[in-house]
Amino acid sequence: MAEFVMPSLGADMESGTVTEWLVKPGDLVRKGDVVAVVDTAKAAVEVECFQSGRVDRLLVPEGRSVPVGTPLAVITTDEAAAPTTPGRPDAPAPPDSAAAPVHTGDQAATTLEPPTRPATRPTTPIVRHLAKEAGLDLAALHGTGAGGAVTRHDIEQATPHPPRPAERPQTPPHPRGQQAPRVSPYARKLAADLGVDLAALHPGDGPVTAADIRAAAEQQPAQRQPAQRQPAQRRPVKARGVDNRTAIAALMSRANRDIPHYHLATTVDLDRALAWLREHNKALPVAERVLPAALLLKATALAAAAVPELNGHWVDGALQPSSTVDLGMAVAVRGGGLLVPVLPQADTLPLAEIMRGLREQATRARSGRPRASDLGQASITVTNLGDLGVEVVHGVIHPPQVALVGFGAVVERPWSVDGLLGVRPVVTVTLAADHRATDGAVGARFLHMIDNSLQTPEELL
Amino acid sequence: MTTVRTTYREALREAMRSAMREDERVFLMGEDVGRYGGCYAVSLGLLEEFGPDRIRDTPLSESAFVGAGIGAAIAGMRPIVEIMTVNFSLLALDQILNNAATLLHMSGGQIAVPLVIRMTTGAGRQLAAQHSHSLEGWYAHIPGLRVISPATVADARGMLATALADPDPVIMFEHNSLYSVEGELSDGGPVDIDTAAVRRPGTDVTLISYGGTVAKALDAAGELADAGISAEVIDLRTLRPLDERTLLESVGRTHRAVVVDEGWRSGSLAAEIAARIAEQAFYQLDAPVARVCAAEVPVPYAAQLEQAALPQVADIVAAVRAMVG
Amino acid sequence: MTTADAKTRLELLTTMLRVRRFEERCVELYSAEKIRGFMHLCIGEEAVSAGVLRALGPLDAVVSTYREHGHALARGLPMAAVMAEMFGRATGASHGRGGSMHLFDGERRFYGGNAIVAGGLPVAVGLALADRMRDRPTVTACLFGDGAVAEGEFHECMNLAALWRLPVLFCCENNRYAMGTALEREHAVTDLALRASSYGMRSWAVDGMDAEAVADVAARAVDTIRGGSGPCFLELSTYRFRAHSMYDSDRYRDKAEIGAWKRRDPIPALTELMRAADQLTDEDLAGIEATIGEEIDTAVAAAEQAPVEPVADLTRFVYSERT
Repeated sequence: MAEFVMPSLGADMESGTVTEWLVKPGDLVRKGDVVAVVDTAKAAVEVECFQSGRVDRLLVPEGRSVPVGTPLAVITTDEAAAPTTPGRPDAPAPPDSAAAPVHTGDQAATTLEPPTRPATRPTTPIVRHLAKEAGLDLAALHGTGAGGAVTRHDIEQATPHPPRPAERPQTPPHPRGQQAPRVSPYARKLAADLGVDLAALHPGDGPVTAADIRAAAEQQPAQRQPAQRQPAQRRPVKARGVDNRTAIAALMSRANRDIPHYHLATTVDLDRALAWLREHNKALPVAERVLPAALLLKATALAAAAVPELNGHWVDGALQPSSTVDLGMAVAVRGGGLLVPVLPQADTLPLAEIMRGLREQATRARSGRPRASDLGQASITVTNLGDLGVEVVHGVIHPPQVALVGFGAVVERPWSVDGLLGVRPVVTVTLAADHRATDGAVGARFLHMIDNSLQTPEELL
Repeated sequence: MTTVRTTYREALREAMRSAMREDERVFLMGEDVGRYGGCYAVSLGLLEEFGPDRIRDTPLSESAFVGAGIGAAIAGMRPIVEIMTVNFSLLALDQILNNAATLLHMSGGQIAVPLVIRMTTGAGRQLAAQHSHSLEGWYAHIPGLRVISPATVADARGMLATALADPDPVIMFEHNSLYSVEGELSDGGPVDIDTAAVRRPGTDVTLISYGGTVAKALDAAGELADAGISAEVIDLRTLRPLDERTLLESVGRTHRAVVVDEGWRSGSLAAEIAARIAEQAFYQLDAPVARVCAAEVPVPYAAQLEQAALPQVADIVAAVRAMVG
Repeated sequence: MTTADAKTRLELLTTMLRVRRFEERCVELYSAEKIRGFMHLCIGEEAVSAGVLRALGPLDAVVSTYREHGHALARGLPMAAVMAEMFGRATGASHGRGGSMHLFDGERRFYGGNAIVAGGLPVAVGLALADRMRDRPTVTACLFGDGAVAEGEFHECMNLAALWRLPVLFCCENNRYAMGTALEREHAVTDLALRASSYGMRSWAVDGMDAEAVADVAARAVDTIRGGSGPCFLELSTYRFRAHSMYDSDRYRDKAEIGAWKRRDPIPALTELMRAADQLTDEDLAGIEATIGEEIDTAVAAAEQAPVEPVADLTRFVYSERT
């Protein structure tokens, strides 16, 4: 058996439509025979098959567009079924062979089947094209289409975008008269070398040049010593050292340099969640009581599982979604610094486990004695500064992750429900996300899912 | 060592003469290079010495004879093809770009093209738009070519031998204003075609020029010196590949640069040089890089219009003064 | 029929079959996305490759066009190197820099497929000029299509080669279409051999579907050129059975016309002639086909497994490498 597939008729062809079948099941074909007319974006072209044999089934009906490489027909290539005298088209067809039953024309109509699904998930040409352009590995992408198919939207989600004009930070020009002095690059360098304070200069009309710096340096004898270049203080770098400012500095600098962040926020009504938690906790020993923070973590983990575009890593110019939700929890360490212990597979953990993880790991991390296993690679990180009275967190993503979720304090606020004003406990949830990996719509979906989960707290158990 | 006083034209002729005497693979071909003696009289007298086989008059078929130069170079000769002026080279652009510059790469390194193409360039003689182009920047855009531009008698004498020894195609631009310029020639041997030359040292600003603009830059530097401004003048000599090191070292000393280019400003060689300085010497710059280029207009016939269209000494001086203040 | 004739015919047939089967496999590989870019096939025109290239000696030079698989194979480029080039591999004839349109072999003096119509003509003139200046008794064969005859470079080169009496064999592979433009729609005078003769060079109009006729005339022309005649011109009337480049919808050609030319397919024509003269048996033919099939299989397998050029070498071969 051999498959006759949609051929690539040109370097720019991604898909084609069989506009006419020139053979039917049962027909004998020879290598090189024209068997169908295929319409590409450019032209209708007669296409040939590359096997000799008997047409067993047509897999794609006339009029359907399919990607290059899609099987169009099955050809039985048994020797018995093949014409015995290639080169003599008028040779009589051999009798039916058991291996290759001949379908009648009627049967042909009923045996038309959609193309058999290849082992890999089906993808449309535009998707493959976009994936290729974006350098994305389709196999590594999570498909949100029918049957797990990767859709165009999925590709776009995983593709870095330049910020749209509206989102590009606008630097308003300095109002006239308050213009910051223009300083030549060399003058700026010279100022640093000679210890001249640029802000203290009173330049004339033109830009500050090297001559101005030299003049200023001569008028400031006290400051004439060249500024001592402070070598960056390098301590021996402890792996994820508790007070390792250098590591945090490097990571966060990289984040701000490399990641085009976008920030979203939503305020979630916790009335129902906290009421449910109170009831839930009543049945538990004090040591096992669940804090609202655990609920928020669980809701976040579930949302991360549902929106995989935000749960993963940006590697080599592409999003690599994580197969598990490994929830990082940013914890301030005593004496300064930050650690991020990880709750592996947090979306699958019962609430009680989340609470235990939160309690134990946070305690260990705070004490500066985390276990190595606590500090694995997170797929998404949560920072909760509610304890410190913060209302809104504008977070910085931990590279190579692509999202960071921030929770502020649970505060009581006037809140309108069904047209009536009441006082409700609310929390502001924020999302900092990598704009290379996703757009705002995905982030919005994610925040919406957290909100939704928290409205049905019993499902967070 | 004796020195002789000679012209740029004679220096070029001597260079061809000695190349043909030393290597029988070398021959000259082009329009009116033989009986007529060359449009600019560069090859005058060579026909008598070397005969019509090696001083070949061609029909007016730029594409055919430039391509024939390519074919002959592939087959082991060392042709010098003279294109009368740069404007006619456009008729051979297919051969220069699609074959000369490309064959080595396209053949995976098998087919090298050791060809030298000489052509006259530049404006200033009231020849109107079609005969006054300065398209050096176009050719310098093309990977696979080496582009040189002798501005002195010594370079006119010495660059050709080096170009002929180069295994790849070399385009040599001769500015029409230079042919009658006289200069001292000492030994007359080959010179390198890899480096730029500092024609006048200075400390306050770097003037970057080549070919026909070197003399203007030197004149401007003289005027500026009278005003107490010390200008360094660089002659690029080779337009591709650019000798970045000499450029950047100079800008590192002077912290200011003015590029002087007879090509049109947009998409010009001057633009390329300004970009490289900005890319690689940004923190050395005490002022934005300035350019003095031809006006963006087909070069007109009338003298006052033509002069207004071309970079002049006064323009260079003004650009420097605006920068140095 | 003499034994020599039989031998010639067998060589012509084998060359044509080799080119035909090679290109048929190329269609398959292109359709399966193994070969990319533009790919122009000469299926139907094999008699030209077989006949013209056969007339040349090892020191002669060849300049070709983007439709040059047949010329390259007939010139003796190893099939494996040609196939590997189509795959873009390091073992390809041009180290993967050229692809289907730019096959080169310096040793065999095969100076490439040129993708600029008529762009190879000046180079051929120059090769002949150099050989002539050094008194080498060589001929440069320059192959091009009917479309090239409309280009300015054609005129310049015919004139220059004739003026300087250069040893160039101009071979116009007239397949009647400049891509989609028919001969009558692009030429005021469609007798191309007549036009060539106006430059004062000998020219022949040849049936390009008859391999023997092509071989015969090409050999005579080469002899004439070696005798010092200056350039000669062959107009080889032929037809491409397939599209201009891989696939097109043939809107510009009549089905009946294609069919009529296919009935003049040079391969069956020669096969039948040889059978009738008892110069070829079915076993012989099967043997040739089997050998060719094996050669193609080996070339494809080698290309599949061949290493790719490292991206680190991207900028190699822009300038000559100096040691």
